[in-house]
Amino acid sequence: MSSEDALRQSWPPLRLTAPALVALGFLVIPLVAVVLRVPWSSFVSDLASTGARNALWLSLVTSSISAGLCLLFGVPLAWLLARTQFRGRSLLRAAVTLPLVLPPVVGGVALLLAFGREGLIGRWLDTWFGVTIPFTAAAVVLAQTFVALPFLVISVEGAFRASDERYDDAAATLGASRWLTFRRVTLPLAMPGVFSGAVLSWARALGEFGATITFAGNFPGTTRTMPTEVYLALNSDPGSAIALSMVLILVSIVVLSLLRERWLTGVSV
Amino acid sequence: MTLAAHFAVRRPEHTTVMDLDADRGEVIGLIGPNGAGKSTTLRALAGLLAVSDGEIRLNGTVVASSTHHTPAHQRRVGLVFQEHLLFPHLSVTDNVAFGPRARGQTRTQSRAQALGWLERLGVESLATRKPGELSGGQAQRVSIARALAGDPAMLLLDEPTAALDAAGAMSLRSQLRRHLREFGGVSIVVTHTALDAMVLTDRLVVLDGGSIVQAGTPADVAAHPRTLHVAALVGLNLVRGDAHDGVIRFADGTAIAASQRLTGPAFATFSPAAVSLFSSAPVGSPRNIWAGKVTSVAPHGDAVRVQVQTATTLLADITPAALAALDLRPGSPIWASVKATEVTIYPV
Repeated sequence: MSSEDALRQSWPPLRLTAPALVALGFLVIPLVAVVLRVPWSSFVSDLASTGARNALWLSLVTSSISAGLCLLFGVPLAWLLARTQFRGRSLLRAAVTLPLVLPPVVGGVALLLAFGREGLIGRWLDTWFGVTIPFTAAAVVLAQTFVALPFLVISVEGAFRASDERYDDAAATLGASRWLTFRRVTLPLAMPGVFSGAVLSWARALGEFGATITFAGNFPGTTRTMPTEVYLALNSDPGSAIALSMVLILVSIVVLSLLRERWLTGVSV
Repeated sequence: MTLAAHFAVRRPEHTTVMDLDADRGEVIGLIGPNGAGKSTTLRALAGLLAVSDGEIRLNGTVVASSTHHTPAHQRRVGLVFQEHLLFPHLSVTDNVAFGPRARGQTRTQSRAQALGWLERLGVESLATRKPGELSGGQAQRVSIARALAGDPAMLLLDEPTAALDAAGAMSLRSQLRRHLREFGGVSIVVTHTALDAMVLTDRLVVLDGGSIVQAGTPADVAAHPRTLHVAALVGLNLVRGDAHDGVIRFADGTAIAASQRLTGPAFATFSPAAVSLFSSAPVGSPRNIWAGKVTSVAPHGDAVRVQVQTATTLLADITPAALAALDLRPGSPIWASVKATEVTIYPV
């Protein structure tokens, strides 16, 4: 039997391929539409406009800080979930995962109620330190961290779970405290997961819109991030909106290629 | 005593009770079937598991009791795992230097010590490699060096040769024997192979169902097994019955004669080579004869090992010619007999 015959024999049924192609087209065609409409001749000048430049810069800085915060606080949380046993751990994990499925706008409202001037914590920040968070660049960072943190925690927890816990035992019998074991054994072994978690959370922070606009507003230069700029520019300056969208698409493609090995093919150890 | 371990670990599924004393330089073998409590014992000794009752003393200090738990990293107990578990991201040298470094030595001191241990184990040429580039035997030598470099008061080895092929296991075994002799502390070796038990250990502790069922020198345990597991390890048939005047009667009504006089509950052992098989009931003395069914037939050295299911499971080694003559296959009815002079009996 030639390979052609084999191909024909294994050709999947139309009832499956037709909807599959519709799904594929649905996902790809809109992106192609953006690429086709990009005003390439004015692409650079569109991005160089003050509004676009400010938004681009603000987004890069805030999402990088958010990713850093996610690493700083998320990795320990992931370790706690993966390596310790306590009552209510599954409840805790559910709480950590909730922002993944929560509408971002609701996240923004929740942040306002927590960190707003009248909020649960914000009230004290205001009276004790005179610090007001909402509608500042700090609020942008908090909103992005809120939606990005679950991505990091889940990715890193998976990596911790996938690496053999007996390496920790081996380190302990060699005299390493839990902290030293974490630093020299657990964390290095989970590094691929930490890396993909960091990239994912950075990308999620970069794309955040709903929570940001609710909690931080959209003041040019301080809280107007790229997604907000795209949304606003679409009416006033569609060329700039499309150019910025194109930038975000390119960033997504780069992120995807970075994660291709590590994330899409499953957790690597 | 360097080690005085008298403790129990209670879990919902099983309980392990341990009573073990060992002196400097002693090598203790722990044997027993899966689930007998070997791993639990090792983990409790290493400090990876808390004890429920009793205590563990190491060099006179209580390291574990129902109210106290010295964590593993403060215990100075080295552990060698069956699958070496070298840290895959560190070089061989850094793996071995890990212990000294964790115990506060400088990077230079630790590396110098690591190289010294690698040399002693004969693997100094592998110093710069990563664990992934080592053979099983090399990796296990490095992991032994790593455990010893931690300067432990007690060394625990969990089936150290199990992951190696026969030749690799043999060469590691003889090397390990030398190092355990030189090691000043207590060594405890969990093993599933009779060879490890015979070659490496001074004393065997047999575990079954979570407690010690037998202890003694390897030669004594091998000659007088008290569990089917050990009998199978050393390749003997083991049956238990009631002895009276040189005859042991078994629960199923059969009996065998033995050359020793003994009265009371007794074990009887005999080699598979001492068992003869017949395809029809042999005439003559009904003693020392069992009727049963063949359950498996497999090559065993130059002979063929036949497993016969009677009231107990018996092993018989016969020649290939005899196998052909008897026309045996699983399920065939068979009669097995053993000569009285080949049977050793001893009290339970």
